[in-house]
Amino acid sequence: MEILVCARRVPDTSENEIQLNSAGSDIERDDLVYSINEADNYAVEEALQITAKFGGSVTVVTVGGEEDEEILRREMAMGATHGVLISDGTFMGSDGRGIATILKAFVQKGRYDLILTGVQAEDGGAQVGGMLAAMLDYPFASLVNSIEVLDAKKLKISREIAGGNREINEIDLPCVLSVQTGINEPRYVGMRGIRQVASVPIPTPTAAELGIDAATVGAAAAKVKRVDYFVPALGKGAEMLKGSREENIEKLFELVATKGGLR
Amino acid sequence: MARIFAYIIHKAGVADDSAAELIAAARAIDATASPTALVTGSGADLDLVCDGLRSSYTEVWKIDNHALAYPNAELIRKALVKVLPPQSIVLAAHEHFGIDLGPGLSIKTNATYVPDVLAIEGLDGGQLKVVRQEFGGQMSTHVQCDIASGAVITVRPGAFKPQDSARLSGNIVDKSSEAGTLTAARRYLETIAAEAGDVDITKHNVLVSIGRGIQEKDNVHLAQELADALGAAVSCSRPVVDAKWLEKSRQVGSSGKTVKPKVYLACGISGSFQHLAGLKGNPFIVAINKNPKAPIFQVADVGIVDDILEFIPEFTNKVTGMRRAA
Repeated sequence: MEILVCARRVPDTSENEIQLNSAGSDIERDDLVYSINEADNYAVEEALQITAKFGGSVTVVTVGGEEDEEILRREMAMGATHGVLISDGTFMGSDGRGIATILKAFVQKGRYDLILTGVQAEDGGAQVGGMLAAMLDYPFASLVNSIEVLDAKKLKISREIAGGNREINEIDLPCVLSVQTGINEPRYVGMRGIRQVASVPIPTPTAAELGIDAATVGAAAAKVKRVDYFVPALGKGAEMLKGSREENIEKLFELVATKGGLR
Repeated sequence: MARIFAYIIHKAGVADDSAAELIAAARAIDATASPTALVTGSGADLDLVCDGLRSSYTEVWKIDNHALAYPNAELIRKALVKVLPPQSIVLAAHEHFGIDLGPGLSIKTNATYVPDVLAIEGLDGGQLKVVRQEFGGQMSTHVQCDIASGAVITVRPGAFKPQDSARLSGNIVDKSSEAGTLTAARRYLETIAAEAGDVDITKHNVLVSIGRGIQEKDNVHLAQELADALGAAVSCSRPVVDAKWLEKSRQVGSSGKTVKPKVYLACGISGSFQHLAGLKGNPFIVAINKNPKAPIFQVADVGIVDDILEFIPEFTNKVTGMRRAA
């Protein structure tokens, strides 16, 4: 089975405090730790497990710049056969639809039985996979938390729905699935593995090479544009205990006891 | 002004709470809006839902087709593409069905997709300004959307408060024949109910709940020891289940369990909206997290910035000591 995984490099929220920059125009990006979007990593692992059983190859593709190459190498160290960096100045400022347009052009240059994405990016809207599927007229399923290959033409998948229930579907290939975190246990990647793929060439197709009309991508075509960032005000805010740890423990014990927290 | 539609999700003949929230969202786009309900399904259940919606919607478009008895996003998209007028604005709840339907529907109707909206600041010309969140709720952002050629907007459940309004007696318009015959390349088979776990976290008054901050499986016992001392149970947020440190049955959130404890100790939990959606009944929330910017501190009653791996064992000692003394 030929599998394509669409991935992105994003600021890692488990490693960073996301802060506002002084102008409020963006998050503070200096010193941020970036990594592959978590759900995308699960998608790559799932692709590797499928090809280990049924043969075929796994291609990981991302749209971006030089700095995004590191996630492709990481996923190649995990076992992905190919990494592709689609890169062109005209792509800057693309919205979700623009990214789907770029990926569609890439998909049509190849031949893939299955296309996986992560369910959502840290700064995204769970949209590119569903758009790509509709552009290609492929069936789509979101929030996928298990994949079983039935035969060369169809899969049995489950979707995560409310309350931990699972919705089971049969879906024809080729299709696009957005993969939920927790679907598998992604394998560990060490520095040694990454060094081993350090010199494997990564193709960088451009808009012209993929036959993409520049008017359909980038900031000019984007109908959805982020204006600014700001720190959300969600609730009234907690009463912060600011004593020493010992004092905080003392206070917390009293509070928990008062609120019925001791049986 | 483009026509605004609200796609209504429903179950067993009853419309979801989002039906009222979508009216509020429509009014945030246009204060005079009188949105049209879009309801798909089959048979008596569908009729019950449509009838119930007449009191809050002036018009209810019904699409009755036996293929739509279960809400399959691909089939529903095909039906909606046939019945929606050009430039329509379609609102839907941002949950597992809306996420499935929205992106593809926007492509097939050449509309702008605006996902997971928390607030709508207004429409100016064809430009809609909305508020979204990113990075697990750590940051909000204003987003400007050109919706002149139509829009599919998914709205975060609970974000728009339903308004009181006069009881209506709306019309039901049967659009079934326009939808035609429907077939899909994705076919629903069955729903498998969540597995019951060893501990039922919905039955406990006190929960010691752990998140990514617990760092590794070998640390989970720290939370269990505190729970034992308090007479509580251990629950968790999604990353702990994803990492297979605890069973799915321990997860609090929209894709896990809904709990109603009296006291909720959120330890190393950032506080995403999916997690908070599973926390009902206005519990006393204590948040302990080493990130002072964690969104959980905004909804908690009491907050402590500290490393849970050090804080929890010391707190356990305190509880055990006090109990022995008592």
